Amino acid sequence: MSNALNLLGAYFKYKFKVIAKNRVNYLYVAPFFILFLIFILAPVVAAMALSLTHYNVLQPPTWAGLDNYYRLFMEDDLFIIAIKNTLVFAAIVGPGGYLLSLIFAWLINELPPKIRAVFTILFYTPSIASLACVNVFKYIFSGDSQGMVNAVLLKWGLINSPVQFFADPVVMPYVVIGVILWSSIGTGFLSLIAGLQNVDRSQYEAGMVDGIKSRWQELWYITLPNIKSQMLFAAVMSITSAFGIGVQITQYVGFPSPDYAMHTVMHHMEDYGVTRFEMGYSLAISTILFIAMIYCNKGVQYLLRRVGK
Amino acid sequence: MANILKAHAGARANRSTGGDIVLVICLLFLAIIFAFPLYFTIINSLKPADEFFLFPPKFYVIKPTGQNYQNLFRLMSTSWVPFSRYIFNTVFITVVGTVGHCIITSLAAFPCSKFVFPGSVGFGKLVRTSLMFSSSVTALATYIIMNAFGWIDTYWAMIIPAISTSLGFFLMQSFMGVVPDALLESATLDGAGLGRQFWTIVMPLVKSGWLTLAIFKIQELWNMQQSSYIYSETLKTMPYAISQVTSGGIARQGAAAAGSVILLIVPVVFFIIIQSNVLETMATSGMKD
Repeated sequence: MSNALNLLGAYFKYKFKVIAKNRVNYLYVAPFFILFLIFILAPVVAAMALSLTHYNVLQPPTWAGLDNYYRLFMEDDLFIIAIKNTLVFAAIVGPGGYLLSLIFAWLINELPPKIRAVFTILFYTPSIASLACVNVFKYIFSGDSQGMVNAVLLKWGLINSPVQFFADPVVMPYVVIGVILWSSIGTGFLSLIAGLQNVDRSQYEAGMVDGIKSRWQELWYITLPNIKSQMLFAAVMSITSAFGIGVQITQYVGFPSPDYAMHTVMHHMEDYGVTRFEMGYSLAISTILFIAMIYCNKGVQYLLRRVGK
Repeated sequence: MANILKAHAGARANRSTGGDIVLVICLLFLAIIFAFPLYFTIINSLKPADEFFLFPPKFYVIKPTGQNYQNLFRLMSTSWVPFSRYIFNTVFITVVGTVGHCIITSLAAFPCSKFVFPGSVGFGKLVRTSLMFSSSVTALATYIIMNAFGWIDTYWAMIIPAISTSLGFFLMQSFMGVVPDALLESATLDGAGLGRQFWTIVMPLVKSGWLTLAIFKIQELWNMQQSSYIYSETLKTMPYAISQVTSGGIARQGAAAAGSVILLIVPVVFFIIIQSNVLETMATSGMKD
C-alpha cells in the first residue's frame, strides 16, 4: 500500500517537475488560454448543458434529460427535412468550395508574383463582398421580366415566362448554392496561398532528380505534403461554413424558404432559439450540428493523412 | 526575384510557355466571372438615379456621377451622433482587435506547435474542436459572462470576443509547425531565450501566416454590424450607421450602393498592401535550412 502511495507521489513529483521546467511555455500560452477558457469553452459547455433542459430564457431552466433530443428525431418532421437539406448542401458547398480553393491556389501559385497578386484579390473578393453583392444578384436573377437573366432568356426565346429564381422550390437551390459556392473561396484559399509560398523551392529540383515526371506527380508528392497543415486548416474552415450555411440563404429566399426547400439546421436552430424562445431545444440542435461536424472533421483528417502516399 | 523564379520554373517538370498562356487565359475568364458582381457594385454606385432602373440593365454607366456619395455623406452628416464617432469606433475596434488577436494567438501557438509539454497537444485539439461549435448559440452564455465582468455596453464587449476567437491560434499553429526545429535549437545554443526566438526567428518566418490572419480580422471587424452587448449609440459601429442611413427603400438605393462600396474598399486596400507583403516574404523563405 505504502509502496503504491510512494509511486503515486513520485509520479506527481515528476509531473510537477516537468510542468515547472516548462513554466515559460505556459506563460506564453496563458493569455490566450484564459480568454479561450472564459469566452469560448465556458459558453460552449454551458450551451451543451442547457440542451438537456427546458429553458425559455425568462424563467430558470428545468431539467429535461434527453427530451429535447427525443423530440428532435421522433416528433419534428421539419428537423428531418432540415438535416436532409443541410447534408445535401454541405456535401456540395464543402468539398466544392474546398476543391475550388485548392485548385485556384495551386494554379495561381505558378504565376509571376504581380499577376498572382491580382488573381488572388479577384478570387478572394467575393467572400468579402458577398454581403455587398446580395442586391446585385437579386437584380441579376430577378423574378420579373426585367431581371438580367430573365431578360436575356426571354429575348432569345428560351423561356415563355420569367423564371422565379428565388421563389421556385425546384430552381431556387441551384441558384442560391451557385452563389454560395462563388463566395466560398475565402479563408481557406488565402491560407493555402500563403502556405504554398512557404514551400522550399529546392525540393522541386530534388524531386526532378528523384524521377518526378509530371505536374501531377509534383503536386501529389511534393506540393501537397508541404502544405498539409494549411490543407487541414482550409478543410476545417470548409466544414464549419458548409454546415453553418443559412444566413446567405435567408438573404436570397427569405425565411421560411418557399416549401421549406432550403430550410437548414441553422434556420431551425435560430427559429427555436430567437423566435420561439425554446432555448434548450435550439441548443440541442446546435449540439447535434457540433457532433456532425466533429465526425466530418475526423473523416477529413483520415483522408488528408493519405495525401502524398 | 522574378529571375530566380524563372530559373526555378525552368528546372521543373513538364512546363511549357504555351501551357502557361492557356492557363492564364482560363484563369482570366474565371476571374471575370468572380469579379463581375464586384464590378457591378462599384458601377452601380456611380449611376445617377435615372440609370438605376433602365431596361435592359446596363453594364456600364452613361453619365457617371458622384451624386450617390454626396447623398450618402449628406445623410450621414444629419445623424444625431456625429458620424466621425462611428468611424472612430470601427477604426479603433479594428486596430485593437486585429493587433491583439495576432499577438495573443501567436504567443500561444508558438510553444504549442514547437515544444512538447503536458497539455500542449490536447489544448491544440480542444481549440480546433471549438471552431466547430456555431458561435451564434453561445451568445447567451457570453452575455452572462460579459455582464459578470461589467463589460456590457463598453468597448471591451466588442474587442475581447474578437481577440479570443480560436481561428488565429489554429492558423498560426499550422504555420509555425513547419519552422525547422534545428533553427530554434541552434538559437538556444547561442543563448537566445524563448522571447528572442519568438520575435527574431519564428515571427519573421511565419510572416505570411500572421499577415493572412490580419486580413481575416480586418475584414471581419471592419464589417462588424452590431454587437448584442452594446446599447449606447455612441459606441455603435460605422457599418451599422451606414445600414441605418441607407435602409430607406428605392429613394436611398444610390446611397446604399455608395455605402457598400465604402465598406468594401477598406478591406480590399488593406488586402492589396498586405498581399504584396506576403509576396515579399517569399524571397526570404529560401533561407530556411
